[in-house]
Formats: sequence, C-alpha cells, structure tokens
Amino acid sequence: MSDLAIKCEGIAKQYRIGERERYKALRDIITDAVRSPFRRLRESARHSGNNGEGKPTIWALQNVSFEVKQGEVVGIIGRNGAGKSTLLKILSRITEPTRGYAEIHGRVGSLLEVGTGFHHELTGRENIFLNGAILGMRKAEIAQKFDEIVAFAEVEKFIETPVKHYSSGMYMRLAFAVAAHLETEILLVDEVLAVGDAAFQKKCLGKVGEVAKDGRTVILVSHNMVAIEALCMRSLYLEHGSIAGDGLTEDVVQKYIATTNLEVGSHDLSATKQRKGSGEIRFVRIELISGGICCKSVRAGSAFSVRLEYQSEAPIKNPVFSVAIFSIKGVCLFAVHTSDFELELGSINGAGCVELEITRPNLLPGRYSLHCAVGDQSDVHRYDHLQDATSFDIEAADVYGSGKLRAAEWSLIFLECSWRMTTRDESLCR
Amino acid sequence: MPVVNMGQSNEMAVAQVGHLRPVLRIEPSRGWVSLQLEELWHYRELLFFLAWRDVKVRYKQTGLGVAWAVLQPLLGMLVFTIFFGRLAKVPSDGIPYPLFSYSALLAWQLFAYSISESSNSVVGNERLITKVYFPRLVIPIASILAGLVDFAIAFVLVIGMMFYYGVQPGWRILSLPLFILFELATALGVGLWLSALNVQYRDVRYTVPFIVQFWMFASPVVYSSTLVPARWRPLYGLNPMAGVVEGFRWALLGKQPAPGAMFAVSSLVVAVLLVSGLCYYRRMEKNFADVV
Repeated sequence: MSDLAIKCEGIAKQYRIGERERYKALRDIITDAVRSPFRRLRESARHSGNNGEGKPTIWALQNVSFEVKQGEVVGIIGRNGAGKSTLLKILSRITEPTRGYAEIHGRVGSLLEVGTGFHHELTGRENIFLNGAILGMRKAEIAQKFDEIVAFAEVEKFIETPVKHYSSGMYMRLAFAVAAHLETEILLVDEVLAVGDAAFQKKCLGKVGEVAKDGRTVILVSHNMVAIEALCMRSLYLEHGSIAGDGLTEDVVQKYIATTNLEVGSHDLSATKQRKGSGEIRFVRIELISGGICCKSVRAGSAFSVRLEYQSEAPIKNPVFSVAIFSIKGVCLFAVHTSDFELELGSINGAGCVELEITRPNLLPGRYSLHCAVGDQSDVHRYDHLQDATSFDIEAADVYGSGKLRAAEWSLIFLECSWRMTTRDESLCR
Repeated sequence: MPVVNMGQSNEMAVAQVGHLRPVLRIEPSRGWVSLQLEELWHYRELLFFLAWRDVKVRYKQTGLGVAWAVLQPLLGMLVFTIFFGRLAKVPSDGIPYPLFSYSALLAWQLFAYSISESSNSVVGNERLITKVYFPRLVIPIASILAGLVDFAIAFVLVIGMMFYYGVQPGWRILSLPLFILFELATALGVGLWLSALNVQYRDVRYTVPFIVQFWMFASPVVYSSTLVPARWRPLYGLNPMAGVVEGFRWALLGKQPAPGAMFAVSSLVVAVLLVSGLCYYRRMEKNFADVV
C-alpha cells in the first residue's frame, strides 16, 4: 500500500463562456427547428463531432498535476478565478474534468460550503441529521456524535427550534459543527473558515488543526494566507488555471505576494466576472477619493472615501451595504456595514451610489484590498459580493506626529498612543 | 466552553486507516455510463432523509398541513360526482360514482404530485448539486417517495368510503402494492426525463401543469376504460396510467374486467420509459453542476 492520498495527472477543465446562462428555452429550439430544420441538424452534427468547438470556451484549469501524501495538509492559494474552486469540485466529484484524471485513496469528505441543505423550517436537530446525511455520514454515526456536535455549536437550548429563528452566528456555528465532525480520511475544505465571529473562526481553525494532527489528509483553499501559513506545511499556488508554485507554504506565499497584480484605485466593475451573489443589485463602479480627487494611494492617517455605484434591476427593500479592508495576505482588518450605523436605506431602485468616509485610516504603509458587498438584513443572502474589488496603497506619513515617517515592518495598523518615562512607585496595580 | 471529546474519534480514524483504502479514479466519462445502482443503494439513507425533508417542510409550510392530502382528492371527487356523475351521467360500471372517481383520483394524485415534484427537483436542489457529491439519481427518486405520505393519508379515506358503500375488498387488494409500484415506476420514468430536460431547457417546468391536465383526461379518471371498445383497449394501454387507474379500481372495488391486455401493453411502455429515462438522466447528470 502506497502512502499516496491524492494524485492528479494533467487535470483540465473547460467551460463554455456564459455556461450559467447557457440553458435555453425549449420554445426557441422548437421555433428554430421549424424555421430551418436542416441548418439545425447540420449544426448539431458539427457540434457533436468536435465537442462544441466554435463556441467561446475558457479553460478554468489546465494541465494540473500534483500528488498529496497521506497526512499532508496542503493549502491552495490563488486569486479569484484562478481555478481553486474548480479543482476542489473536481476532486470532490461534483463536476468532471475535461481531460486528465485524479486518483483518490480513501474516503473523501468535501466542505465547499457550510450548511449545505440546511432548511429554515426544520429544527436544529433535524438539520443536523439532514446535513450529516448530505455530507455522507451514516445515521448511526450522526446519532453517536449528536451531543458532541450540539456542544461544539453551543446551541443546546435551541436544538428543537427551527433554524429560521437562529441568529446568523448560531446558524453558522451549527452548520460548521456538523461539518467539523465529518470523519473521512481526506478532507477538502473551501474557505469555510471565513464565517462567523473571530472567536468562532479561531475554534474552526483549531478544529482543522486537530484533524491534521489525526493524520488525516486535508486540502484547504483559502484567501487567508495567514490561516494557510498556520495550518499548511505545503501549498499550491494556482494562477490562470495552472500551478504556478508548489512547495513550502512560506515560499509559495512569498511568490503569490510578489506576483500580486491587483487593480489599483477607481475602476469599472460592471464587466467583472469574479463576483458572487444573486444579482438583483450589482456594483458597477468603485472609486477612491481623497482630498476631493480620485486617487490610488492615501497617506497613512489621512481621510479618504470609498464610493460604490450600483445598479438594481428591481426595487430592493432595505439593503445592507458593506465594505471591508483586507491585508495583502488576505486577513480582514476592518469591515463595516450600513446596518452598523442603524442606517435604514429604504427601498432602492435603479442606479445609485453609497459612500463610506474613513476619517482616520489607522493603516501602516503597504497595499490593501477592498471588498464590497450588498445583502439583505440577515447578511446571509448576498445580492452582490466582490472580493478584491480594488486595492490601494497607504503611503508613509508621520502618523505619530513625531517628525518621523513610519513604515510598516512587523505590523499593519497603528493606534493612537504615547510614551513617557515613569517610576515604579506610580504603579496602580500593586 | 464545553470540552470536545476527540479521544474516541482518534481511534476511529486509526481503525479506518488500518484497512485497505478504496481507490477512486476521477476521469472524464465518455458516452453512455453505467447506472451504478449499487452506489445508489449505498446512499439509501440520504434518499430517505431528502424524502423526509420534503414531507416535513411541506406540512410545516402549509396552513392546512395534513388536511391537504385528503382535501385535494375529496374536492376533486365532489366536483366530478356532481358534474360527470350526476349531470353528465357518465357510466361508472355499477360502482357508486363517488367511490369510482375517488379510487381513480387516489392513484392520479400520487402520479400528478410525483411528476410535478420530480421534474423540478434537480433545478430546485441546485445548492446541493453544486456543493456536494452524491448519486444524482437520489434527487428525483426522493421527491417521488415524498408523495407516498399524502397517498397513505388519502388511502385511509377510501377504506372509509368502501365501508360506507358496503364494498368488500377481495383477495385482489393484495395486488394493490404492485399497481402502486408500477405507478411509481411510470412517474419516475417521466420524472427522470423531465428533470434532466428542465436543467437544459428551463421552460419545461411550464409545460408540466399542462402535461398533468392533458394526461388526466387521457386516463380513465372521470370515465371508465370500458367506454373504449374492447379491441382498442390494448392500444389504450399505451397510456400506462390507464392500466394503473383501472388496476386500482380492480384491486380495490373488484371492477371488471381485469386490466389484463391493457396492463401488459402498459408494462412494456413503462419499461421503455424507465430505462430510457435512467440512461438519459445518467448521461446528462455530469453537466448538472455546471449548468444548473
């Protein structure tokens, strides 16, 4: 028996462009067929012959080969649309590769999302069983771990309550708790750690760490380079669907940062494909404004504004806009919602704009990326969500008013502070 | 914070690693693929849970809950009895018309429910399909099984009606499970085709209510198949629901003649529907996650 867990050989995946809108109306097919029966036949014959050539296609993955040994914890990093999720989908058998093959040695569990199959009308208990079964657990296995799952999620009191009455935090905790108790030899995890509050994220990271110590194989996709560095010895760096780096996480992350080539400053978002959400509202433009002009960089500590132009197709009631600032390693440093300010936006329709003014950005010099989202009050349903919508640079400034420019060396932020020399006698705590 | 006991799970993990690990090969499939029914069997618990979810959610979301299951065929029976039984005087072969139509509606409701639910099942479970692997056949099958609960509830009423009208069920009632199975197979055959087509062509689901209505009048629900001349009856059996509905009446009410020849033709049609449906579905399912 070899100690191989996963072997990928020349995996490639081709999508037709706009595959999501590809489904057509039967009506069109029938009317087409009636109008010009022969052309249609000829076309379909040609297409079946050469695998849809002539239609615009895109290779989401190309010639991806790698091996993962039993017990290895491997991180996968890369920008949006680099093919990370497609690779996980292929390994978890959700979609087929167009070329190449993969061999998986052992039972696989995949967590591409927490709470898959959760139903709002069902109680916590019912959802645990349903979700467990969906993830591939046996009923007996779920029953055996039931108490452990409930304790982990800290929802003992509400276990017989329909989850529609849960807070979003409770909902996420329960969803993750079920997933965390999935005991397969190989675990494929996609960005599920990016949910919940900080304390819960820590708990989740701890759980993944435990899984790794168990000697199980884990593949972890994340934008959070710090989490990857903490958990994975080895990482793969995907770029434009190919492996651009494979080795020690430290080195791979360095390479990723060195090749980072994000859009900087204001730009048009209407054509961006890298977005999530249901689409009732779309961001069309993002602008950074400082000192009354469009800018790409801001001096540390100086006020700037983020302007988000949006377009909605139908009236949307009380949407919640949010903006987050991420470090280049994918750590969220700051996130703010319109709802944090009890801002009721009423019903919005058509084109519009929201502006967030950051009066004193306590960021040290370096590059930061901006994420923007708009969702409903629950913040679970998102209309539009753009990661890395744009980025900006913070320039060195005399942030402490000491006449010295402060550069970022070990830290990312600065706090209002002052130093003074004092004596031991002044202690108030002894 | 509660202490999570990991000791037990450690042992389990080690025990699993000790065994010979199964090797799974993931590669592009070419042409027609096998049905992999043994894998489906392996996922039977998921099948059960999804069916159970559908039932539970439906009863929680509807104000009338369980009453729906009875009201639908009951109101159908009332309308049919008044208009077809009393006013149009449609012959019911000596069986009281309410019982005659209710026994058919019992069968019909299960079928109508099954094909409408299953045809939309794949698109309706988009989240599951794009996020988790399991045999895709589980989805339409589960949606059909969920209809059996309504059926069981509506069935209680037919027993009551049989007592009321003094109809003694004979040994024939033992054949009823066979007709139910046959009906489910028909519904699955149709459901597999429609659900896979619905992924590609989203207007399929708008055609389903029409199909259901059209099909009902093409089946002997409000009338008796004896209206069809005897020599044409086997041909009438090309509609498998004709065999099922008359089979229900024969098994429950002892209605003659037994749907022999008609049923034989229906069996053939169902076999073709089911096998072709399974093959088509299996062939299309590899694209579900990309297209849904």
